[in-house]
Amino acid sequence: MTDVTSLTAAQIAGLVASGEASAAEVTRAHLDRIAAVDDRVHAFLHVDTQGAVQAAEAVDRRRAAGEELGPLAGVPIAVKDVLTTRGVPTTAASKILEGWRPPYDSTVVERLRAAGTVMLGKTNMDEFAMGSSTEYSAYGPTNNPWDLGRIPGGSGGGSAAALAAYEAPLAIGTDTGGSIRQPGAVTGTVGAKPTYGGTSRYGLIAFSSSLDTPGPCARTVEDTALLHSVIAGHDPRDSTSIPQPVPDVVAAARLGATGDLTGVRLGIVSEFNGEGAEPGVMAAFRESIEALTKLGAEVVEVSCPNFQYALPAYYLIAPSEASSNLARFDGVRYGLRAGDDGQRSLEEVMSMTREAGFGAEVKRRIIIGTYALSSGYYDAYYGQAQKVRTLITRDFESAFERVDVLVSPTTPFVAFPFGSRTADPYQMYLSDLYTIPTNLYGGPAISVPCGLSEGLPVGFQIMAPTMADDRMYRVGAALESAVGTFTPPAL
Amino acid sequence: MTTFALPSYDEATSRYEPVIGLETHVELGTNTKMFCGCPTEFGAEPNTQVCPVCLALPGALPVANRAAIEATIRIGLALNCSIAEWCRFARKNYFYPDMPKNFQTSQYDEPLCVDGYVDVEVDGETVRIGIERVHLEEDTGKTLHVGGATGRIHGATESLVDYNRAGIPLVEIVTKPVPGIGAKAPEVAKAYVAELRDILRSLNVSDVRMEQGSLRCDVNTSLNLPGAEWGTRTETKNVNSLRSVERAVRSEIIRQAGLLDAGGSILQETRHFQEDTGDTRPGRSKETATDYRYFPEPDLVPMAPDPAWVAELKAALPELPRVKRARLREEWGVSELDMQSIVNAGAVELIEQTIAAGASAAGARKWWLGELARRANESGQELSMVGATPAQVAELQGLVDAGKINDKLARSVLEGVLAGEGDPAAVMAARGLEVVSDTGALTAAVDDAIAANPDIAAKIRDGKVAAAGALVGAVMKATRGQADAKTVRDLILERLS
Amino acid sequence: MAAISRDEVAHLARLSRLAVTEDELDRFAGQLDVILQAVARVGEAGAGDDIPPTSHSVPLTNVFRDDVVQPSLAQADVLAGAPDAAEGRFRVPRILDEEA
Repeated sequence: MTDVTSLTAAQIAGLVASGEASAAEVTRAHLDRIAAVDDRVHAFLHVDTQGAVQAAEAVDRRRAAGEELGPLAGVPIAVKDVLTTRGVPTTAASKILEGWRPPYDSTVVERLRAAGTVMLGKTNMDEFAMGSSTEYSAYGPTNNPWDLGRIPGGSGGGSAAALAAYEAPLAIGTDTGGSIRQPGAVTGTVGAKPTYGGTSRYGLIAFSSSLDTPGPCARTVEDTALLHSVIAGHDPRDSTSIPQPVPDVVAAARLGATGDLTGVRLGIVSEFNGEGAEPGVMAAFRESIEALTKLGAEVVEVSCPNFQYALPAYYLIAPSEASSNLARFDGVRYGLRAGDDGQRSLEEVMSMTREAGFGAEVKRRIIIGTYALSSGYYDAYYGQAQKVRTLITRDFESAFERVDVLVSPTTPFVAFPFGSRTADPYQMYLSDLYTIPTNLYGGPAISVPCGLSEGLPVGFQIMAPTMADDRMYRVGAALESAVGTFTPPAL
Repeated sequence: MTTFALPSYDEATSRYEPVIGLETHVELGTNTKMFCGCPTEFGAEPNTQVCPVCLALPGALPVANRAAIEATIRIGLALNCSIAEWCRFARKNYFYPDMPKNFQTSQYDEPLCVDGYVDVEVDGETVRIGIERVHLEEDTGKTLHVGGATGRIHGATESLVDYNRAGIPLVEIVTKPVPGIGAKAPEVAKAYVAELRDILRSLNVSDVRMEQGSLRCDVNTSLNLPGAEWGTRTETKNVNSLRSVERAVRSEIIRQAGLLDAGGSILQETRHFQEDTGDTRPGRSKETATDYRYFPEPDLVPMAPDPAWVAELKAALPELPRVKRARLREEWGVSELDMQSIVNAGAVELIEQTIAAGASAAGARKWWLGELARRANESGQELSMVGATPAQVAELQGLVDAGKINDKLARSVLEGVLAGEGDPAAVMAARGLEVVSDTGALTAAVDDAIAANPDIAAKIRDGKVAAAGALVGAVMKATRGQADAKTVRDLILERLS
Repeated sequence: MAAISRDEVAHLARLSRLAVTEDELDRFAGQLDVILQAVARVGEAGAGDDIPPTSHSVPLTNVFRDDVVQPSLAQADVLAGAPDAAEGRFRVPRILDEEA
């Protein structure tokens, strides 16, 4: 048998379903791969060897008993450490949750288990999903398999790197301002942010409640769509979950893979004119547009004048909600407690706990958010940011009257070396320039690898209207059929 | 702290005009909490009615309880409020260990119900209390303070937190400021809370037990010179009985008047009512003004109550206490003042049910406001808890009406009922209290009495009918009180005519 | 002019229950100033009173749950992650009166 870790999820599921491979041996192969490379990549914060083997054996037993298996049964998966997993450590890459074992599963994880996927472990990320490089993980950064001296993107760098390093064929991420797509882009993998409300947030440790969206990551568009269809759909435990059927993203991906985009209108955002972006990124983007045009797509330029305010609005809304969401980490019910010497008051112990448990970026954002919500500043900051959100939504809506999807590079720059953007937090924020507008609007978007710049992957972003997730899969699969997939040098 | 002379209450209210306002918190009697499916029963083992949501475990999300929304709208309608067409929950951010999320999910500038009123009677006069807003939020957990002398927070060395109560739906009802009530302010405050309690009880949305904390009250008080602008208000918390509401307003009026008399100024602050002394004391002053950083709750979508649903709820409201009292007053033929004492005694439902069980209005009232009220007063119990049911009271009065017992015997029977000896008829039989109605036996007793008192008998024969009383007494004594005095008297007159 | 002073950062840190160090205060003050100056650009978007704010991107209202009891967690599971517990309750250090 060829190395099973090099296969796609769809291929693995086929082998397991036909009995050509057992879920247990597939799982073992991936665990071996993790053991072999993860000391260099550091994609995982926790590998659940025992849980994975048991889950795989359960799939094999079900198959032996003649039970119907789902489309991803027996396929290993890596889960970002921001989703709760019953009995399995969940830290959001923060010291404040070190050692916490949740008593409940997030809805996404529950659906993954029900589908027979095999969870290998929990992946590294920027602490509480705040960052674009995993350098803000309290447990050390993840290294990009394309160049171990460079960032794998963030916050979901662990999930993306696990895919790029062939440690897992599937992974789960969460996207608040680009945390699925940007890591996908810089690791040469696929990452999709579904429509907000299309996937459940129940059990997702909240960063910014009105923006956070769990989503699928894989090495191919079809695998991403398969995973999307497993985790998406209405959840009564999440009040913001949309009670509508999920578009058939798998069919859309397969349609796109035929390489025909006749009649599909792509919109290029004129405001994303390449200013501040690396030339190599813009070159790869333009070549991709040409490739898509050859497949029959029509390309028009559309103006979204308020996109320029997306980054400022995001960096008010997200920290504001975060300042409130992270208030629960106080050393009373779970997680770290610091400074409790029997003398200090609760107030002091809480403040010392939070000081010791949170990293610098988390503290910065809590302070910004607290500021933006303060009386006297609310209207100028948080209130204004929410109005900008309305304007950006209108930009999207009017654009989608003219085009089926909007396209752009996923990020302005390829994977950068560690330490190059940590000194100035705002420089780090610019990584999300192209991904943020979608989060504010709530629509879906996907990043698909489209080429290399100086030997490093470039991502192509496709943004679709809310609840039209299928469109981005069609265009993404078509692009993939034209440009192929990208494999990093051997580790 | 500087001390100053306190005026009498009359002095205080002769110089200053009080303005009061009340904020009342009501725990709803829903089966489950506001945002999760945990039960809400009182008195469970600590931390056994909690789940990821109400413990604020990372990742958990709230989903609003429809029954709580419905109850809040019904309360708003009963208080003559308008119901919002569209409104949102908001987060009120502050750190406190009994609040698991360190923010309270509440409502800020978009309450579910606004702008209503409730009328209350004080001294036969109607006072209209404006309702500013009715909104929905969640309760906090309970903290046990350990190591201090008093079990209070002050002086404790540590605290223990139980989150069973955290997340129980809590409705906050805020009045508009109530000016122009002068010295009646404490009574108005009490009457308002009592009326509110009765309304909530009639809606069946809460058990409204002040002693268990399911109805809690904060009282705002300010004083101003006649004609001047309203003064600075203080907020008195921890006011947990009807009597305390009255006492808290009264003592705060006296305290503020004393302070103003001495040339001082009132500090806008939170004070705590002291049940033992009846006065208010300041809370610990905060280093900075609280900034709750309210913002719309992103985890809960807006509420837009369907007008048809609201209309349905309005149509289905029960008869409200005030309307009901007017009707009953008519039906029972009692004066406004009598009705007031019935209400004050907490006897409306009891009398109503006693009548429903067959007693006359007068008979039912006689027992509940008389003997039973006396006993409730003596033992400090609520009238409904005194130990007799409306059915028993109706049965008791039925025995009297049937002539089987007289009033004196009836009191003995009631004593037996209250002692748990059974229903009135059974007690009567067991204690052998039935009136001697066997005419043969009675005639014999009458004849004995006539024979034993020939002088008196002669007087009666001469037409001095009033003298019959002495013979009646003798017969009653002989029958140990178990005869009907009127029957005995008739018999005596008949024998001596 | 700075958008935010070192003192303001210290105040916000207290409000956020963060016992930040003097070094952090120095560093944060400068960094937050850069960030706040940048995000203040939302004021230039010309979003006036006619533009309603967006708090939720999903067009949903009235998402309610039926008033039906669901199982709670076992007390042992509830307290399993607690830094300190006693008598079935979470134990915390002494509380200052009227914390806010």
